[in-house]
Amino acid sequence: MRIWMFMVLGLAALVAAPILVIMAHLFVPSLEVWRHLAATVLPRYVGNSLSLMLGVGAGTLLLGVSTAWLVSMTSFPWRRFFEWSLIIPLAIPAYVIAFTYTGLLEYGGPVQTLLRESFGWRSAADYWFPQIRSLPGAIVMMTLVFYPYVYMLSRAAFLEQSVCVLDASRTLGRGAWSTFFGVALPLARPAVAGGLALALMETLNDFGTVDFFAVDTFVTGIYRTWMGLGQPAIAAQLGAVLMFFILGLILLERWSRRGRVSHTTGYYRQLPRFQLSGISAGLAFTVCFLPVFFGFILPVGAMIIWTWQTWDFVDPRYLRMAGTSLSLAGISALAAVCAAVLLAYGRRLVPGKATGIAVQTASLGYAIPGAVIALGIMIPFAFLDNAVDNLARTLFGYSTGLLLTGTWTALIFAYVVRFLAVSTNTVEASLQKVTPSMDGAARTLGLSAGQTLRRVHGPIMRASLLTAGVLVFVDVMKELPATLMMRPFGLNTLAIRSYELASDGLLKESSSSSLAIVLAGIIPVILASLMIARSRPGQT
Amino acid sequence: MSLLKETKTIFLTLPLLVLSLIFPTIPSAHAAEVNIYSARQEHLIKPLLDEFSAQTGISANLLTGQGPALLERLRSEGRNSPADVLITVDVGNLVAAKQAGVLQAARSTVLEENIPAQYRDDEGYWYGLSSRARIIYYDPERINPEKIATYEALADPALGNVICVRSSSNIYNQSLVASMIAHHGVEQTETWVRGFVNNFARRPQDNDTAQIRSVASGECAVGIANTYYFGRLLASDDPADQDVTAKVSVMWPNQDDRGAHMNLSGGAMTQSARNIDEALKLLEFLSSEQAQDVYARDNNEYPVNPRVQPSGPVVRMGEFKADDLNLSLIEKYNAEAVRVMDRAGWR
Repeated sequence: MRIWMFMVLGLAALVAAPILVIMAHLFVPSLEVWRHLAATVLPRYVGNSLSLMLGVGAGTLLLGVSTAWLVSMTSFPWRRFFEWSLIIPLAIPAYVIAFTYTGLLEYGGPVQTLLRESFGWRSAADYWFPQIRSLPGAIVMMTLVFYPYVYMLSRAAFLEQSVCVLDASRTLGRGAWSTFFGVALPLARPAVAGGLALALMETLNDFGTVDFFAVDTFVTGIYRTWMGLGQPAIAAQLGAVLMFFILGLILLERWSRRGRVSHTTGYYRQLPRFQLSGISAGLAFTVCFLPVFFGFILPVGAMIIWTWQTWDFVDPRYLRMAGTSLSLAGISALAAVCAAVLLAYGRRLVPGKATGIAVQTASLGYAIPGAVIALGIMIPFAFLDNAVDNLARTLFGYSTGLLLTGTWTALIFAYVVRFLAVSTNTVEASLQKVTPSMDGAARTLGLSAGQTLRRVHGPIMRASLLTAGVLVFVDVMKELPATLMMRPFGLNTLAIRSYELASDGLLKESSSSSLAIVLAGIIPVILASLMIARSRPGQT
Repeated sequence: MSLLKETKTIFLTLPLLVLSLIFPTIPSAHAAEVNIYSARQEHLIKPLLDEFSAQTGISANLLTGQGPALLERLRSEGRNSPADVLITVDVGNLVAAKQAGVLQAARSTVLEENIPAQYRDDEGYWYGLSSRARIIYYDPERINPEKIATYEALADPALGNVICVRSSSNIYNQSLVASMIAHHGVEQTETWVRGFVNNFARRPQDNDTAQIRSVASGECAVGIANTYYFGRLLASDDPADQDVTAKVSVMWPNQDDRGAHMNLSGGAMTQSARNIDEALKLLEFLSSEQAQDVYARDNNEYPVNPRVQPSGPVVRMGEFKADDLNLSLIEKYNAEAVRVMDRAGWR
């Protein structure tokens, strides 16, 4: 037990170091700048961030839970296709989907041009068209690419659910709807809440979309305070405030889960699907089709056309950039899942305040914008590097140079710090389904703690571990600010290429590299989706 | 194969893939090379660097990022930083870098001959490499050009809600307001910004090209953008872009007094530079007639080297008088400009 304690605390301390560096900035005196921010821009940042969370929260819950329930529990035409395709919008970065819809819907885009030609309108003054670059626009964009978080986690929960409870509910006279709202949904709540938390943290942390849509949020404020006012310390303070806000969200969610029954019986058999037909089948099809169409088919179609139109910008180096992106994402995903399992088990085996706080602190990274994390890592790493270098120079007259800063190690560490919450949330939600009595039985039958993990927990948690890995993987593929700031010489990713072209106004030209991000990210997403579908205990 | 085994295979092969990717990128110790941190985007600076490598045999390693972030990186890496040269889109960041102590003086007669004194640091800490003017575009059918002949005139309440401009987070807008502070002081500038903001046709958004397009589409009658964006539209063979340039007219502001506000891109040698000769050669190359011609022809910018004529589409925009305000003042007032814009509600 003691070793678990040390491992958890050690790991948490490592991951928390950059977060603590940022928090330390809270003590830099800055009353005057804060007064300026509070009197001018801060209310707008907070208001927009809250509206965005509210909108995206409602949207992702609606799309994610309904589609997850439909494909897990009912049967209708194309269900098997939707099972995996509902996840794929996740492979599209929110900023890319924003670029694409802007290209389609802006004044010079094909939609408005067609309208003008059809109705003979001459200029923008002749008609009204909804502004895509707006708060509602941002809510729609983010909902389209973030709902898969809720979908994936709810679906994993529905699949891992024992049918007995659902049968009991039906036997006791509840209808299909009532069983869903009264039994299945409450049982799946930790997972649904976990997915929602991820979607909301992504929302709060998004920079590309809101910047492009001219919606000022807390994060754009952080960048502006740093790059415009030239105040990195105060940007870090804003980052710390955002972090406390997220911490509040997490605590609230945990508190609301207290005292709930979160486990079902261990009896599994093939899920009996409600057979849908006629109108209800058509409705189910539509509900599942719309997110896939608007979240993937339409934008990717546009990207394909634009790529063809701007073929000159397609670069043979894309292959190598794709390789770099995939390797970075793969290693970070593996590291983040291992760390999450370690933390989650440590917390289970050594319950108590110390481990609880350690795990909580370690997962705060998701709340901090990538650029602020990069700052939090650069400062201690460069300090360490320079200290080692100075020591080597004085003792041996030899310079070690920078060992950590500007290497793959530092970059991957940044990703793990940033995305550990993604894996921890998923792993913890899944671990809740393993009852202490299972552990007891396994240990009585002579298994060690490690063997219990491998032979009992592993198979039960398989779907969730994969989900966790894929979520981190896709997040790293899309990550921009931290990569931009911490990458070593010679390292280029697709996300950077796409962003540089788009932010220079070359929207169509950026679509080939955006397309490459989507293609590179989509294969693991689909694979994982299929594996999750196969992983249900008792499923043949 | 079981699921765990499959996953294991995937994850075990990944590190190998990574190693194969890392090793080719490690440069050999003896080859001549120069390492560049650049706030200029890759697709704009890479062609010049490739040309430099072809001529000199020196390989140029590029790392792009945002100006202030690159400065922070240089600062934290200290004397061990791999960077030899820092390139930024505006000289403000180079002035800040000098003050932060991460640059060193680079002296050469070539640089001094190629770049006029007003475009470089007195002590050789930084050199301007290309310049752009931030000017006014308008719809001649809706606006009488006499009413928008100066930046100051854009705040006139009689103008109405006609102006399109991007957000105040943009460095070019910050630098324009900083230049107003340098000329008129904080108080007067704030009054000006308030009037200017009152004349906005829509919420500030998007990039410079979009402002010009919005003038053509009728969404606004006046737009603010740097010259190379208009130059790029002029050079485009897309009929939609040609249509834009046909509908929009150019106004060179303040020609009767101080001249149009200029943005200067530039380069410098870092304090940590180890490849000093190569870094100097690169800066000299970038100021050479050949490279300056590329800046003008391909990027639609104005060369700083007086022996190189502007070329390409920007020539069609005409000659103009440029504001020769001391550039370090723009850096000095940048943060103040942001505050003024915050107070005046320029989002």
